[in-house]
Amino acid sequence: MTSTPPPDVAPPRPAVPEPAAGVQAPAAAAAKTKVSVRGLNFYYGEQQALFDNSLDVPAGSVTAIIGPSGCGKSTHIRVYNRIFELYRDQRASGEVWLDGENVLAPGVDVIELRRRVGMIFQKPTPFPLTVYENLAYGLRLHYRVKGSELDDRIEQALRAAALWDEVKDKLHRSGSALSGGQQQRLCIARAIAVEPEVLLMDEPTSAIDPVATSRIEELVVQLKATYTIVIVTHNMQQAARLSDFTGFFYQGRIIEFGTTTELFTNPKQKQTEDYITGRFG
Amino acid sequence: MRRAHGRAPLVAEGLFRAAAFACAGFVLVVMAGLFVVLLYRSRLSIDRFGWGFLWSAAWDPVRDNFGAASSIFGTVASTVIAMVIAVPLSLVIALFLVEVAPPRLARPVSYGIELLAGIPSIIYGMWGLFVLAPLMATNVQPAMQKVFGKLPLFAGPPMGIGILTAGLVLALMVLPFITAVVRDVFALVPPVMKEAGYGLGATTWEVTRKVTVGYGMKGIVGGVFLGLGRAIGETMAVTFVIGNDHRIAASLFASGNSIASTLANEFTEASEPVYLSALVELGLILFVVTLVIQVLAQLWLTRLARQAGSTS
Repeated sequence: MTSTPPPDVAPPRPAVPEPAAGVQAPAAAAAKTKVSVRGLNFYYGEQQALFDNSLDVPAGSVTAIIGPSGCGKSTHIRVYNRIFELYRDQRASGEVWLDGENVLAPGVDVIELRRRVGMIFQKPTPFPLTVYENLAYGLRLHYRVKGSELDDRIEQALRAAALWDEVKDKLHRSGSALSGGQQQRLCIARAIAVEPEVLLMDEPTSAIDPVATSRIEELVVQLKATYTIVIVTHNMQQAARLSDFTGFFYQGRIIEFGTTTELFTNPKQKQTEDYITGRFG
Repeated sequence: MRRAHGRAPLVAEGLFRAAAFACAGFVLVVMAGLFVVLLYRSRLSIDRFGWGFLWSAAWDPVRDNFGAASSIFGTVASTVIAMVIAVPLSLVIALFLVEVAPPRLARPVSYGIELLAGIPSIIYGMWGLFVLAPLMATNVQPAMQKVFGKLPLFAGPPMGIGILTAGLVLALMVLPFITAVVRDVFALVPPVMKEAGYGLGATTWEVTRKVTVGYGMKGIVGGVFLGLGRAIGETMAVTFVIGNDHRIAASLFASGNSIASTLANEFTEASEPVYLSALVELGLILFVVTLVIQVLAQLWLTRLARQAGSTS
């Protein structure tokens, strides 16, 4: 598998409509926007799970998505890389603009989209392969690399995921033999090996012990220099610690979106305040 | 506090337990009994031929000289052919059912495969003899000889019946068993593992090849063993098409015999006690081999189920 070459002529960058008032990040106007969601609705069969979601994810930052269970946090980010399409009864309408390209438009190269938008899951998902092959798998999907170049890129990715020192002597052992936290960092290494632009993290530490969690949190902060990170979490402290921007979701709607400081210290909506002060959820 | 029930239910409970134990124990007794009877009835042959029975290719009822080698060879050869054909086909069908087919198509195909498993083997045998064998003789075997030329594997007159045809019929018979197990194994692969593959930008084929098959490898092996156990002991269908000839030939087109087909054919002719005893010893060999394969398959599948349970 090789990546598709960029088209000779860049398509004209369509104007992204302004989001509805109240959901635009105040500081996002200054920062470059990486992902713009406009009027996103989502359906599981007949049941609607997301209602008119609009938000701007600023580039090179960590955006946290918080909210009570079942409020559509995961559903929302699963639209960004169109992973929901694996399931026949799931359907999205609306627009998700990635650098001026609507990823929901027909004709989008989904394989290239998923290279550009990596995903980390709740539970670590090492493939039943060696540590080395876990990374080589993704690289070979998109690049024609082998031999020492492949070795180098695998080492780079493992270093970037702060895992190299722990696994450099067990590259050829099974990935599932690593600890839970190491497995999750292996998955992060695997995702960043293919040089994505956005990393989606769906509660990446919920299955991992506290010490390993803090290592992953450190890693997330390091990675935001290179990647735009969207992290779903039900842990509000985590959102407050890690993120620059936070969106609060409730029953499939974006109740409030803003800088993390603003949202946690001076929420504009009553529901947000109730949630972050622990009155429900 | 008053108990809700008196003594009588406790007695019934005890009786029920005893009955359940007896029924379950009966199965083991039958197994052990079969083994003992086979061993006892083959004592004449064991005394006379010893371990040499296993590798002697002789089968001479006139001089009372018997060996199992040609039967073992035919059994192994036809089984190997069956597995070589059935295993890859089963994998592809199972993958189709789990990964590719829409549910509206997958369900009837699944049922169809299970029905295939329920067809009596004599029907496969008749089909093999009256439909497949003539087809092999007039079309397939001459064509193979044309393509592969003078290879000893494809030498001899294309008669239709023989080791190859037996293997083909067997392949068709074990296909549904392997497919059913492998289908369930693939369905056990956690969706998030596949999502992780797709999330990296892999295609269905790429996810299947490394993630799904890798994850299900142990289950696939278990399913293959189940099919193997069945192929090795299949009697009627093989007897119809294998040719029933006590020899070891290099050609796939040559006729041969399997342990099961020999037993089916020759009991009626076995007039001498040693002849009869030799046949029983063949049965003993088949019994032990099948038992070992089934036990290995079950152990393997149990281990798989336990692992799947602990990771979910």
